[in-house]
Amino acid sequence: MGTGIGARVARKEDRRHLKGKAEFVGDIKLPGLWEAAFVRSPLAHATLGRITKPAGAEGRVFTAEDMTDLAPIRTVSTLPGYKLSDYPALARGKVRYVGECIAICIAPTRAEAEDLAEAVEVDLTPLPPVTDVVTALKDGAPLLHEDWGDNLFLTTEYDSDLSEAKAKATVVLEREFKTARQAMNPMEGKGVLAHWDHKADQLQVHTSTQVPHVIRTGIAECLGLDQTNVRVIAPDVGGGFGYKCVLQPEELSVSWVARKTDRPIRWTEDRREHLTAGANTREHSYKVTAYADDSGRLLGLDADIWVDVGAYSVWPFTACLEAAQAGGNLPGPYDLPAYACRTYSVATNKPAFTPYRGVARPGVCFVIELIMDAIARAVDRDPLEVRCLNLVQGSAMPYTNITGKFYDSGDYPAAAREAARMIDAAQFRERQRAAAAEGRFIGLGFASFTEQSAHGAKVFGSWGLSVVPGYEQATVKLNPSGAVDVLSGNHSFGQGLETTIAQVACEWLNVDISRVRVLMGDTGRTPNSFGAFASRGMVMAGGAVSKAAEELARRIRLHAAHLLQCEPDTVVLRDGVAWNDQASVSFAEIARTWYLRPDLLPDNVETTGLEVTEGYKPDIDTGVFTYATHAAIVEVDPDTGRTEILDYVIFEDCGRRVNPLILDGQSYGGAAQGIGTALFEESLYDGAGQPVTSTLADYIMPGPAELPHFRLGHSETLSPYSRHGIKGVGEGAAIAPAGAIVNAINNALAPIGVELSQVPATPHRVLSAIFAAQARKEAAQ
Amino acid sequence: MKPVAFSHLRADNADTAGKALRQGAKILAGGQSLGPMLNLRLARPETLVGVSFLPGMSEIRQAKGRIVIGAGVTHARIEDGADDIALPPMMRHVARGIAYRAVRNKGTIGGSLAHSDPAADWLSCLTALDAGLVVQDAAGKDRRVPIAGFMLGAYRTVLTPEDILTGIEIRDEMRDALWGYDKVCRKVGEFADAIGALVVHPDSGFIRLVAGATGGPPLILTELGADIAARATHPGRDAVRAALSARLTDADDVKLHLLTTALCRAIEKVLPA
Repeated sequence: MGTGIGARVARKEDRRHLKGKAEFVGDIKLPGLWEAAFVRSPLAHATLGRITKPAGAEGRVFTAEDMTDLAPIRTVSTLPGYKLSDYPALARGKVRYVGECIAICIAPTRAEAEDLAEAVEVDLTPLPPVTDVVTALKDGAPLLHEDWGDNLFLTTEYDSDLSEAKAKATVVLEREFKTARQAMNPMEGKGVLAHWDHKADQLQVHTSTQVPHVIRTGIAECLGLDQTNVRVIAPDVGGGFGYKCVLQPEELSVSWVARKTDRPIRWTEDRREHLTAGANTREHSYKVTAYADDSGRLLGLDADIWVDVGAYSVWPFTACLEAAQAGGNLPGPYDLPAYACRTYSVATNKPAFTPYRGVARPGVCFVIELIMDAIARAVDRDPLEVRCLNLVQGSAMPYTNITGKFYDSGDYPAAAREAARMIDAAQFRERQRAAAAEGRFIGLGFASFTEQSAHGAKVFGSWGLSVVPGYEQATVKLNPSGAVDVLSGNHSFGQGLETTIAQVACEWLNVDISRVRVLMGDTGRTPNSFGAFASRGMVMAGGAVSKAAEELARRIRLHAAHLLQCEPDTVVLRDGVAWNDQASVSFAEIARTWYLRPDLLPDNVETTGLEVTEGYKPDIDTGVFTYATHAAIVEVDPDTGRTEILDYVIFEDCGRRVNPLILDGQSYGGAAQGIGTALFEESLYDGAGQPVTSTLADYIMPGPAELPHFRLGHSETLSPYSRHGIKGVGEGAAIAPAGAIVNAINNALAPIGVELSQVPATPHRVLSAIFAAQARKEAAQ
Repeated sequence: MKPVAFSHLRADNADTAGKALRQGAKILAGGQSLGPMLNLRLARPETLVGVSFLPGMSEIRQAKGRIVIGAGVTHARIEDGADDIALPPMMRHVARGIAYRAVRNKGTIGGSLAHSDPAADWLSCLTALDAGLVVQDAAGKDRRVPIAGFMLGAYRTVLTPEDILTGIEIRDEMRDALWGYDKVCRKVGEFADAIGALVVHPDSGFIRLVAGATGGPPLILTELGADIAARATHPGRDAVRAALSARLTDADDVKLHLLTTALCRAIEKVLPA
């Protein structure tokens, strides 16, 4: 195995990170560099009047009036009925959320730039704010975008016939669910540094992004530049999670000012900016009716889903990707015969919705998993058995579900049973009884899901996007010393891609990973890529590197055959050496001969050399589906309302595991974020649309002490449709914790009669639900 | 999140500090609350005067019948308990539950008291221990202030802008008092949603029961404390809740529930239910 696919290799990038030698946007030093601070809207909804720049600040404060040549972010969609919202880099005419950028101020230091920002006077005339989807959809509601006539970006509909489900159902459950607005909180916030490189005649933008090539397009289009005059470099990036896969208004303002002033300009997002202007994800509400029979078989689902998408549409994913994903994924891994669903992408006075790790699925998984447990309670069956009854069976694979998702491979019930075995579900009821005898409330909960990964052009096209991902390119070359260079326009920002794509090259070339150098995320130096999101990095960039490395291996064998005087077919690559029987030639000798002593090669040698660029996409555009079941045992303390996670297991199948060590890390990190969703994180607003969770003292995230010791199990069902059978896995573990944990809480509190249906399940919510259940009980007596 | 420009003065004697305070300087201790407030520009002082290097500020010493803890002693030092002068064990327990180690390394006991966040730990803990506070005025003169009554409300104390809190005095007997302290919070180290503290010294007859994180100053439950002392049994949840709701008429059900829990658990450490 060595350091190829399947090896638990420590991450290449950790050496520089652990030594503090990594280079994030904030670490870059350029002569003459100034820092930027933004004047941001203090009101949720207001008419923007006169902006008065402080005296003596000429050339240091810029507003939309100065940026007449900067186009707003305009995200078109092909979906019928979709409404456009121009998203200006700096507000024009109106502000639509607290934190919206109004002016950019530059100074030698950030503190001075903030002094300047404070001195800018902004005339704002308050308008009534729209702070939730219910208010937004009322007749006569204040309008975010006056020309729309309402506050709806888009509605979509699935409508299969529910009449048979309704006729057969003996169990009908009606439920409402809610998930909180969140901020993604990467360790490194956004950051962008732009300057004009006169030698290259290019705007050079260092930005903390997941998608450098896409951002180049966005910046060029808004600034009216040819893409050849824009170079985007993603340096070390401290976490993305989706927050950094859209074009950011700040990227545009900073680029514009850098070009205008011919000075390097940097803006670094601080945590308060993040928690207010970046509170942009996860907020859903649901009304669901589920139809089931006595066995617990789900017969049909009728759902309304509202997504609070904020004021504007992000580019390129639109304000409507979340709702499209929610509607399409609510059936989850289940074999659902009938489904009707209406989704509403609702405009409110909050920051522009951005897809976060899991994209809509943490919400829909929470809902369908709570429905599964509600059905199990209604028919008095074990929740695991009800799940296994309803899951798409292994024998049905490949399977196209009711919303057209093509589940490529796997055995979903097997994963659920493995998770149950790992957490010892068979013994749990006994354990629960024993705890109850001591007055303790413990519960077990499950959640199963699929993770569509590396879906391609047709899928994104079907969501109305006008810019869609397609092929991925990569270059693999043998450099003159016989070491391997891998160049990918994709990016590594904590998920370890820098290591795992090197492993893919090692797999074909049979060299040690220490001989592989990886360069990523620079539009000036790496091949084209749509970047890393939607769990596509490993499948797509890995696939492209695989194809390029395979071809390079062929060429190395060819060159070796010349030197070893044998047929290429008999050459075997092993540990950086090409062997023909007992004779061998090292990669270093092969490379040196090609680059420096071509006279030793025959005249008919292939002139394509030892540099290969290949493009790749999987055999299907519909994505390859990772799947998993999470199981949690929790204890709820009715005296404090706190939930403690006693045990947590994840059984997952993501096809071929390229690096199990990194995968474990992905699972821990994703599940930690999911626990944040389940129990802690919530961006709250008051009635005026003011964010009230603007520091980490108010926006509570789980810390090490709140996280359990996760136990992981795996199976490996290779996808038949991707190189090496790899399936994407970056998002998965963040999807299920809310479902598993709240099911466990409801299981624990069932004796009291509590059924929670909202996350985060804060102590306050848990206690309020307990008090309400007690009041109901007392009223009934 | 960068502060407004300010100048910083490190005072190493009372005269320098007093002069700076008379000219409107604001005191900087460990900076763990003031730092973020400066960065958020909620605090905008022209001058900060660092007081950690004033004589005695970082000392823990034994005086007659009492322990004197310098106001500049860090939470971490109390947590570690490595000084020759032993502190009441409850203090070490409380220190360990404050924020996380990086904060405890810098944050000080005096800074926390002077800041008077109602959800912070030391106010409740030291109220239960019946501490006395040593306050130095602008003229360099000391006065003693009992901790009960020190805090007026959220972030408000009896300290004038020219006063420096220099020390905390605790009677020797508190070293072997019986104690219980319980803090209910969202996650480890977080500010409290509810605090319960009980200190009992059977020999001297001292008993004090305190509810903290009420939104205002720590609440001393004198009658319930006396009742516990008289019966030497746990009064039970209902009695605790009744005592609380009589005093905290504005508190909602969840707050009363959490405070009841914290108090009951603190009492249980001394008197099993």
